[in-house]
Amino acid sequence: MSKLIIAVIEQRDGKIKKSSLEVVSKAAVIAQQLSYETLAIIPAATVEESEKIAQYGIGRIVTLSNSAFSNYSPSGYTKAVAEFAKEKGAEVLLFSNTAMGKDLAPRVAPLLGAGIASDCTSLEAQNGELVAVRPVFAGKAFQKVKVNSSVKVFTLRPNVFPLVENQTTANVENVNIDSPDLTTTVSEIKRAEGKLDVAEADIIVSGGRGLKESGNFHLVEELASVLGAAVGASRAVVDAGWRPHGEQVGQTGKTVTPSLYVACGISGAIQHLAGMASSKYIVAINKDKDAPIFTIADYGIVGDVFEILPVLKDEIKKVTSN
Amino acid sequence: MKIAVCVSNVPDTATKIKISAGGKEIDKTGVSFIVNPYDEFAIEEAVKTKEKFGGETVVISVGDDSNKEIMRKALAMGIDSGLLLKADGTLDSDGVATLLADEIKDGGYDIVFMGKQSVDFDTSMVGQLTATKAGLNCITVCVSLTIDNNSVTAEREIEGGREVVKSGLPVVITAQKGLNDPRYPNLKGIMDAKRKNWKRKP
Ligand SMILES: Cc1cc2nc3c(=O)[nH]c(=O)nc-3n(C[C@H](O)[C@H](O)[C@H](O)COP(=O)(O)OP(=O)(O)OC[C@H]3O[C@@H](n4cnc5c(N)ncnc54)[C@H](O)[C@@H]3O)c2cc1C
Repeated sequence: MSKLIIAVIEQRDGKIKKSSLEVVSKAAVIAQQLSYETLAIIPAATVEESEKIAQYGIGRIVTLSNSAFSNYSPSGYTKAVAEFAKEKGAEVLLFSNTAMGKDLAPRVAPLLGAGIASDCTSLEAQNGELVAVRPVFAGKAFQKVKVNSSVKVFTLRPNVFPLVENQTTANVENVNIDSPDLTTTVSEIKRAEGKLDVAEADIIVSGGRGLKESGNFHLVEELASVLGAAVGASRAVVDAGWRPHGEQVGQTGKTVTPSLYVACGISGAIQHLAGMASSKYIVAINKDKDAPIFTIADYGIVGDVFEILPVLKDEIKKVTSN
Repeated sequence: MKIAVCVSNVPDTATKIKISAGGKEIDKTGVSFIVNPYDEFAIEEAVKTKEKFGGETVVISVGDDSNKEIMRKALAMGIDSGLLLKADGTLDSDGVATLLADEIKDGGYDIVFMGKQSVDFDTSMVGQLTATKAGLNCITVCVSLTIDNNSVTAEREIEGGREVVKSGLPVVITAQKGLNDPRYPNLKGIMDAKRKNWKRKP
């Protein structure tokens, strides 16, 4: 029997997350290289569009279903995933390193006697073995990890691994989870009203102390709005109470990897860089030409945010409305 | 209530990281170590929980004698006693969790606090691994916590909001920034810390 790699899929409100499709893509590529069989599993109450998974190279899709699984249950999902993986004799499990995947994977791994590497930014087959790379010390260094146990678990950082189209035939199966472990459950989700979260946004406009006071943040919000971007913040302005902690980017805030990160009046302290350095394109606006943010910026504007932000907003509006 | 808080010592976050010969560790010469920033929220929550429900608190750290320095900070903030689980060399998350789970499994703890992540190897796993190995419940990345009889309700940060999570005791709680405002040790706390009880295993 050939070896098995399982992609563990995350759904919210029945919808499959993009980061899970990144996991599917990676699993399918590895499977091809190392001659593994593949399976995608989705703990859920109900799922829409599970066939979408087949677009990225995994055709065998199994929902582990129970009506209590409409929300995440740490204990319930753990038992369901671990028992299924054990029964199928899975050798590799891949999760996305989201709030859910981060919580779930380290609970599943010990039940399978598996070693685990979390928050990987690279996972490659080398000489028939999987080698992961993960950032350590807030991205100041990288660690190469090989998991030596026979069952291996990896969580992949969202927005780093590409989607790889590879259409195959979907074969969706359902397994009822009859006696779920509901000792730890989510009773409610409180959404931050109508706001795009920096951890999920494709474009982020962040503001720092250079904005001078909280009342000036509308400049950042307006640019974000024309770009369809989320608003981010440096710790300095979160500590000052100008912005909520949920917007903080950096070592003690969120790690983000958008396609575009616009830093306005942010100096670029190492702890801030730790959270955003792997963004695809970085634009920095700062009046100090020696500000460290310029060392990692792809495009830099040396100037005053109060002059530049309104102009930038108007120009982008012109381009996007055409 | 028997309350534990697990702390790790990490290089000061402003430290320049140099990799030592052999490439598997960092060069520790000249590096100053601090309490992992997220562990401070865990310590504060442990002290607050005892203030509310009574009982005893213990700070646990895996490592060598150099960890005593950071454990002393927890004692100065109000934790009752210290327990050092001796380990040689650098352990990975699984190794640390195995030692913690061995202690916690039979230690009669009702609640165990940890930081959500240690800012050295940034794995965000030790809480979940320890709880699973020891057979305890676990809620991670908590920004609020209510304890009521034998159950806990916590809010954990997720993308775009929070999840309200319910569980029973005993439980491992991992702390996120926002859970509380850690107190600064006062002079009396610092003096008292010198007289507090220490244990070391093995
Ligand atoms: C343990 C620890 C954890 C930390 N975690 C984080 C974290 O998660 N995230 C984080 O961001 N920080 C973090 N920090 C704090 C970090 O070290 C910096 O203090 C912080 O990022 C600075 O924020 P800032 O860039 O907004 O402010 P400053 O450093 O004060 O920079 C303001 C910048 O604005 C520019 N400026 C001023 N006026 C204008 C103008 N009119 N137009 C254009 N530019 C202007 C200035 O030139 C300057 O570069 C942490 C620190 C520690 C010790």
